[in-house]
Amino acid sequence: MRLLSFLHRQRANWLGLLGAGLLILLLALALAGPWLGLPDPTRGDLRARMLAPTISWFGLGAHPFGTDQLGRDILSRIIAGSRVTLTIAGSAVILGGIVGVLLGLVAGYFGGWYDRILMRLVDIQLAFPLMLLALLVVAALGPSLHNLIAVLALTSWVRYARIVRAQVLTVREREFVQAALAMGAGHARLLLRHILPNVLTPVFVVATLELARTIVLEAGLSFLGLGIQPPSPSWGRMLADGRTYIASAWWIITLPGLALMLTVLSVNLLGDWLRDWLDPRAERR
Amino acid sequence: MPRHLTSRLGEGLIAIWGVVTIVFVVSRLLGDPAVLLLPIGATEAQLQELRTQLGLDQPLLRQYLTFLLHAVKGDFGQSFQFARPALDVVLERLPATALLAGCALTIGVLIGGLAGALAAIYRGSAIEGLVLLVALLGQATPSFWLGIMLILFFAVQLGWFPTGGYGEWQNLVLPSVTLACFTTASIARLLRSSMLDVMRDDYVRTAYAKGLAPRRVYIWHVGRNSLIPVVTMTGILAGELLGGAAVTETVFAWPGVGRLIVQAIETKDFPVVQAGVAVVATIFVAVNLLVDLLYTLIDPRIRQES
Repeated sequence: MRLLSFLHRQRANWLGLLGAGLLILLLALALAGPWLGLPDPTRGDLRARMLAPTISWFGLGAHPFGTDQLGRDILSRIIAGSRVTLTIAGSAVILGGIVGVLLGLVAGYFGGWYDRILMRLVDIQLAFPLMLLALLVVAALGPSLHNLIAVLALTSWVRYARIVRAQVLTVREREFVQAALAMGAGHARLLLRHILPNVLTPVFVVATLELARTIVLEAGLSFLGLGIQPPSPSWGRMLADGRTYIASAWWIITLPGLALMLTVLSVNLLGDWLRDWLDPRAERR
Repeated sequence: MPRHLTSRLGEGLIAIWGVVTIVFVVSRLLGDPAVLLLPIGATEAQLQELRTQLGLDQPLLRQYLTFLLHAVKGDFGQSFQFARPALDVVLERLPATALLAGCALTIGVLIGGLAGALAAIYRGSAIEGLVLLVALLGQATPSFWLGIMLILFFAVQLGWFPTGGYGEWQNLVLPSVTLACFTTASIARLLRSSMLDVMRDDYVRTAYAKGLAPRRVYIWHVGRNSLIPVVTMTGILAGELLGGAAVTETVFAWPGVGRLIVQAIETKDFPVVQAGVAVVATIFVAVNLLVDLLYTLIDPRIRQES
């Protein structure tokens, strides 16, 4: 009984641990992908088209997750796709984070016109459905790796900017900032040395939530044909291809989708845990 | 109208203007419409004539001002693809999107609200665990994949519902459930944590202390006060439903605005893209103004501040 109630109290912790563990596993697979000895994810074998998954209790078999309509190994395509997805989403979250944090800092600290302009930009961004904005910009600029990262970063800076701005507004009035100001610290020093470290904690929570959202958005873009282009494997594209064979080969579409869901789930679990851990009010939930 | 609502209206108009401007600029980057409209092999003279006709030979700033002036009057030009006013093409599709988003939102608020409230009331029980687990999975499932999985089971395997299309109530079921999934999960989780916050407040203890029945406390004290964050999020989600419906509508071949805009981007039908995004942004702003209004009804404290 004691163990059970301990587990219940700690459930936020072990769910977070589960998320972190899954994410580390996914990252390890993505990083080690080329050295795992799997079949080439881009090379098809037309004699081995649409083979059912061979994975079982007794072993992996030749194609653990089966093959797709061109006879490409689905497991190696999922792993290769995870490299693409994690690179794009990770870079976009970092880039959007840097831009958003800087804008939020400036707007919260200087206030006035900076603040007013930023808040209107935020309104504009929020009124623009992300999927449509991303589609439109990718269609205009072309779906290269850099453009995709830039577009996804563009859709995510808002949340960072808002939370940092709100934090700066409260931190700005604290004694240590006023003291540094009285000692003659310049704006840059005050912002970067004194204010920035004190507003960063919620940024990490936003970053995990944004990572999950960006992964889904990226998959959605490539599902609609505007993601990273073939022959690079991508989860969204695999799902779009698999749609055609939904009645004859369920694994082509089901397994990449499960990979996508598991990735998003692990990031979400990590984000929830991080939020509860950083928010002292949430401890008794 | 209270003063803060007037200023919110002004901010909303600025947001719509910004969205329309972005769409205009990006559309001009998409390519030359004259090349698209004329058959391959058209002469340079023909191209030039069409550009003059469409006003594309004017300086960009002038094009932009003309565009804005017409847009205010609801004139986004003729659709290249349908050869009819672009706004009409968009507005024709609006009922389908509104129906889908409305159903999804209703499912989300009813089921998500019920699940969230149950999880908070029976905290620490199996009900709470189940709700949290399902909600976590619901938030992690990408809508397009869920849609295809539902088609696989309920349309292909069981044959209960059609795989796509529009018109009968059977067509509505799978797309609504698909679109509602994320919303339902988000509302359930938010309402639960919001109720748990409120339950620790002093006035709830007071309500119990003065001998109110738990049901009354839940409905009148906890329920009402924990609705505020949920209403905010519902406003944001409603906007996302209208725009995010693009993918779901594509999966189910649902003739809504989202799919129309996606197709218009593919075929570079700028007038339709511009009109469509302008309409979606306007609805988003309107919904959020409505949410602001709702606040003042739910929470008297906000009424007094403004």
